[in-house]
Amino acid sequence: MANYRVFLTGVGGQGTLLATTVLAEAAIRAGHNALTSEVHGMAQRGGIVESTVMIGDIKSPIISDGEADALLGFEPVETYRAMRKCRADSVVVSNTDPTIPYGVAIGRGDYPNVEKLFDFIRSRVKQLITLNAHALAKQAGSALTANMVMLGALAGSGVLPVSKEAFEWTIRTKAKEKFVETNLRAFDLGFAAL
Amino acid sequence: MHPLLTQEVDKKLLLLGNEAIVRGAMEAGVAFATTYPGTPASEIGDNFFRIAAESELYFEYSINEKVALEAAAGAAVSGVRAMCSMKHVGLNVAADPLMTLAYVGVRGGMVIVTADDPAIFSSQNEQDNRMYARLSNLPMLEPASAQEAKEMTEAAFGISEALELPVLLRTTTRLSHCRSIVTTGPLESSKTRGAFEKESSRFVPVPANARVRHRVLISQGEKARNMACRSPFNTVTGTGRWGIGTSGIAYNYVVDAIKDLGIKDRVKIFKLGFTYPFPEKPAAEFIGSVDKILVVEELEPFLQDNLKVTAQTIGIVIPIAGKDPELFSRLYEFDPGMVREVIARFFQLDYTPPRPVDIKEDTEAVQVPMRPPNLCAGCPHRATYYAVTSVLRETQTEAVFPTDIGCYTLGFLPPLQAADIFICMGASITLAAGISRVTDKKVIAFIGDSTFFHSGITGLINAVHNRHNFILVILDNGTTAMTGHQPHPGIEITPPGWDKPYISIEAIARGCGVEQISVVNPLNLDKTKAAVKEALESNLLSVIVAKSPCPLYEARMLGKKKKRGFVVGPECNTDCTECIDTFGCPALYKNTAPDAKTTMIINDNVCIGCGVCIQFCKKIRPKKI
Repeated sequence: MANYRVFLTGVGGQGTLLATTVLAEAAIRAGHNALTSEVHGMAQRGGIVESTVMIGDIKSPIISDGEADALLGFEPVETYRAMRKCRADSVVVSNTDPTIPYGVAIGRGDYPNVEKLFDFIRSRVKQLITLNAHALAKQAGSALTANMVMLGALAGSGVLPVSKEAFEWTIRTKAKEKFVETNLRAFDLGFAAL
Repeated sequence: MHPLLTQEVDKKLLLLGNEAIVRGAMEAGVAFATTYPGTPASEIGDNFFRIAAESELYFEYSINEKVALEAAAGAAVSGVRAMCSMKHVGLNVAADPLMTLAYVGVRGGMVIVTADDPAIFSSQNEQDNRMYARLSNLPMLEPASAQEAKEMTEAAFGISEALELPVLLRTTTRLSHCRSIVTTGPLESSKTRGAFEKESSRFVPVPANARVRHRVLISQGEKARNMACRSPFNTVTGTGRWGIGTSGIAYNYVVDAIKDLGIKDRVKIFKLGFTYPFPEKPAAEFIGSVDKILVVEELEPFLQDNLKVTAQTIGIVIPIAGKDPELFSRLYEFDPGMVREVIARFFQLDYTPPRPVDIKEDTEAVQVPMRPPNLCAGCPHRATYYAVTSVLRETQTEAVFPTDIGCYTLGFLPPLQAADIFICMGASITLAAGISRVTDKKVIAFIGDSTFFHSGITGLINAVHNRHNFILVILDNGTTAMTGHQPHPGIEITPPGWDKPYISIEAIARGCGVEQISVVNPLNLDKTKAAVKEALESNLLSVIVAKSPCPLYEARMLGKKKKRGFVVGPECNTDCTECIDTFGCPALYKNTAPDAKTTMIINDNVCIGCGVCIQFCKKIRPKKI
């Protein structure tokens, strides 16, 4: 079978690492080999958090430039910044809701126009899927489930050989019991957001 | 039950490299584990901490890596299996006991984990700790996957007991923090009680004994080399006249590259897992079976040099290359694409790398704003830095700020810029001694609570005794915050079941002979500034303990309390931006909305209600409830 490399990027506190593990577990549930890599420590203090999930017969846990099959961007500027990981036939799923960097908040630099970022991405990759994960997560019942919305959108894109059921099974098994239903709702909203 | 304690055998778990090490140690029946937390090793200790609460395992967060290694050595010389884990620079701290522990050796298996950080994700350097194996003459294993991390950890205990030497297990960030499938083996019940059998000719390395023990170490080293030569962790696979030597995480990049390049039938891979002492026999056979060798290893040319030495010994002259301006760098980490490209170049293969999307080609020329890490909203360190820098501004005093290692190192960023130099754990105090002795500026050193316990105390005694004159600010947030909120001897908010005595930083400072000490809550700006002023006016070495818990830790341990919110009043409509120019809380930002009525605005979702800003700006006030 083919191999898939997924690059995830976001800002500390957005739950990208949980999404990373859920994606890998779901891929294993679907019968594939999976591995991930994460970065912990200083990088996480309000900074960028990048992680990867490999599905299939791959041993290397990290992704070189131009080698991501899919990119899951939890924040529009971070999606754009990580575009070096993509190539012409990559699929990009991005949240549209910005998290303003501190430098911008204090007037040092501007936050770019998100639509223009997306226009560029659209012109360079096979497909760009955008959604407001923050709004959908709130609709699901908790702003903290934006990560599940994003996973839902990735699953809905059909890029990966991982069924909706495998994701749902993983969320049921891995999430804390009282959050399972909200997480599943968030996942569904993301899945249907295309 | 802790998932790593599952009794189920052949169970497939998706584990971090660090978790796999813990499982391997449990499968080897480890009974005693120590650490000082540090990225990328922290999860090893954190898992042992939780496991110890529900098993026979003894675990401690030791005060520093030297102490951790010595405590583990004490258990191991008494016949109990022990593990000690740390980040790469931690082994510098523990290097003193390491070198002589190698002479006296151990009786129970002892494994020392060193987690290196190529590319410097969360460290101050990227030293290659494989050099420590050579320096100390101790055996070393280097896993390439989480599964191997488990297997090698378990095997390392056996190797250690067979040789009566501690064994180094070396990982890197990518191995420690990759997650892959690990198959469980049976858990071994641990032997928790030992006996210290006296043998002074061995364990008391006075010169006469040490000379003998050095000889023993060298001869054990030869036994270790024989073990490495026969080790299943050192393998040659594939066929062909091209050779690649590799170890650790880079092995994975090699395997993927060879598959991608379609040269499986032309390449032999010499994969090393038991990398020290260098397995000369299989290396010689490998060298004799190929025409040229590319060595793929991150950081220093460790395998490369050893392969060259072996080739010279057996009189074979073939190209053996790796670290070379045209091939691999000694800097940073590798990645799969880089390895594929260098392999293609070295063996002269046609290869076109994938073409990455380049945002520089965006005709809109978008400036992407940076997103550096920052102290959190409500962080008491920011309040302390603000108090210090405000007093210096008001009194027109210039100061030099030696600092130390922790979240508070981020105080070097604007607008606080309260960090001018740091080197290693504890060096704030000792650098301050030297700088204050030879310069005319005020010297104000900053050190965190956990770092003070780790290696600040000796420097403080030295400073008092030698009459050094500077201000030491101890940033006491009641936890080891940076590495994930591990406890230390001075914590007041304690984990469930914690029964260890509290040790007061203030009492330590007094015990060190410091006469001028003030303990302040940095969230109280006036009192903190008064303490700074008093210290500046004094001619004595002074210590300020700025004590307020890390809000993240407090929220996690005590539950989130809804604190009072704050708003910017309508009179904030001038061009004054002093709050962001001097304080820089991420909850305070410029109001750029088209209908903005105030210059600044407070982000309610980010503000935790610490209330420091209202103490320096009258335009900010509590929200009416």
